Amino acid sequence: METSVTLAGFVSQLLVGLSRAMILFIVASGLSFILGVLRVPNVAHGSLYMIGAFAAHTIAVGFEGSAAGFWLAMICAPLVVAAISLVAERLLFCHLYEREHLMLLLFTFALMLILGDLTKMTWGADYRSIVAPPLLQGSVSVLGTAFPRYNLFLLLVGPLVAVGLWLLSARTKFGKIARAAAVDREMVGAIGINVSWVFAFAFMLGCFLAGLGGALVSPTISITLGMDHSIIIEAFLIVTIGGLGNIWGAMVGALIFGVSQSIGVMLLPQFAIVFPYLAVVVILTLKPTGLLKSVW
Amino acid sequence: MLKDILNIPAFLWTAAVLLVLAFVPFAAGRFYVYILAVIFVTGLLAMSLNLLVGHGGTYQFHHGAFYGVGAYTAGLIITKTTLPAWVALCAGPLAAAATGLFIGAFCVRLNKLYFGMLQISLGSLIWILALRWYGLTNGDDGIHGIPMPALLSGSVNAYYFILIVVSVSLAVMYLILKSPFGATLRAVRDNPQRCQAVGINVRRHQLLAIVIATFFAGVAGVLFVVLEGSVFPDMLFWVMSLEIFIMCLLGGWFTFFGPMLGAAIMVALRTFAGSYTDYWTLILGVVLILLIFFLPDGIMGINPRTWLRGRERRRAMPPLR
Repeated sequence: METSVTLAGFVSQLLVGLSRAMILFIVASGLSFILGVLRVPNVAHGSLYMIGAFAAHTIAVGFEGSAAGFWLAMICAPLVVAAISLVAERLLFCHLYEREHLMLLLFTFALMLILGDLTKMTWGADYRSIVAPPLLQGSVSVLGTAFPRYNLFLLLVGPLVAVGLWLLSARTKFGKIARAAAVDREMVGAIGINVSWVFAFAFMLGCFLAGLGGALVSPTISITLGMDHSIIIEAFLIVTIGGLGNIWGAMVGALIFGVSQSIGVMLLPQFAIVFPYLAVVVILTLKPTGLLKSVW
Repeated sequence: MLKDILNIPAFLWTAAVLLVLAFVPFAAGRFYVYILAVIFVTGLLAMSLNLLVGHGGTYQFHHGAFYGVGAYTAGLIITKTTLPAWVALCAGPLAAAATGLFIGAFCVRLNKLYFGMLQISLGSLIWILALRWYGLTNGDDGIHGIPMPALLSGSVNAYYFILIVVSVSLAVMYLILKSPFGATLRAVRDNPQRCQAVGINVRRHQLLAIVIATFFAGVAGVLFVVLEGSVFPDMLFWVMSLEIFIMCLLGGWFTFFGPMLGAAIMVALRTFAGSYTDYWTLILGVVLILLIFFLPDGIMGINPRTWLRGRERRRAMPPLR
């Protein structure tokens, strides 16, 4: 049995790891973006991811599982999450920007506690799942192994999000203002830019990505309470090894995470989940501030 | 310095409080004795964290990991080896301090938030091990029914043991904070650059503080085992760590006994609110938001003289970066 690690098995396992890395990247990039602009680790990110998945389920079920309903869910669920985050930001969070960062962090923790329980109230503790539309069902043959189409779809979406986010932060006026506001908020305010709203949009965008990750992951796993706790730790680790606030760092970190986990699945299935964490420890030992340049 | 420590009224107050606490088991029911013991254990944990956060100014984000290491070490030695229980009870804090030294050595190289993130990563590694290493730790289920020596079994005996150990620990922590080392630690919190400039080894002081604090976190972990006779992976989960953080905030960062008060309030809230509603974390979240907005220095941080005059005490932590 132990010699069953064939090339085909390796490739298929690797592809699964890579597609999982794309989900992790989308969530972690949102976290990284908020870290880069607001300098706050958004602890509520995992809860928003969970809400994204639940909202996608509700929308998809509302359309009786039709393909149109699925695509609508993929678009609308992140928007719902973004709307929730905007409300929280404008109502409460924006009054705290003058305060110490520890308070901001604790606020996001409070948000996580509240959103977690609100999710429990709204959707209950049942396990749910949604099915992908016919276009993305079934599998294609890659190097002699069957590979699910949905994972290929994820492998397409991940880089698209990365490029989009990079273009937004490096090539648009909003991105430039956001980066400037992260460095010197008072100066940006002094030249007549409403920094508070810049932060609001940055926060909303990051949370949108959390919701998008939740919506995209929903056909591949069972949606349940508690899915927020594991993803947030993984996203934190990815952001840390990639370099805080660096979008490409989040991509590198997510790939390391996904690939090391698939290597773990092949070598030691029971401890597969330990492998990414070991990778993190090794990287942080060699390079404590992350692989790529952090924006801090 | 000796005069500071042996200030007579404070000494009498402490003695009086201890005397009252020693008589609680004669007056109160078994349930209240148990709750009080839980408060002491949690309070010791919160106060050990506050050594780092309130006094040291470091972002110790995963303090629960060391609490768990202490508890697991004690639990595993008792259940898996034939060593006497006392060895296990002493090994717990030492293992926690050793873990603290190891993780701290990585963390102190970094600043503020990076420190915290790295610590969450390394702490989560321990959590994953406790969760996945079924052969050793029993995974998800944790270890239950850990036998205790006769002297410590029964809730009243456990209560007295916990009361004594917590009092001694707090006295030691108080002395440490009053010592030149404690003063240096606070100086490092307020202005690390200047401390560096006058020749204080900032990193070494922080590392020593981490070892001390994680040792007491391990003591709290061992006391948890004495009280509950069980350990489970949730003790090492990062949500637990943030809850301890809230206790410090609730009671007051910049006071000695604040975290104990915060722990008392949290345990009481959880016990009584938790028996009425399933949505206890929602209540906790709302309480936390109210605290952040209206009482950022915690309950014991209220200074009657400055409270009405505005928010000048809202200096709190030095800004990030």
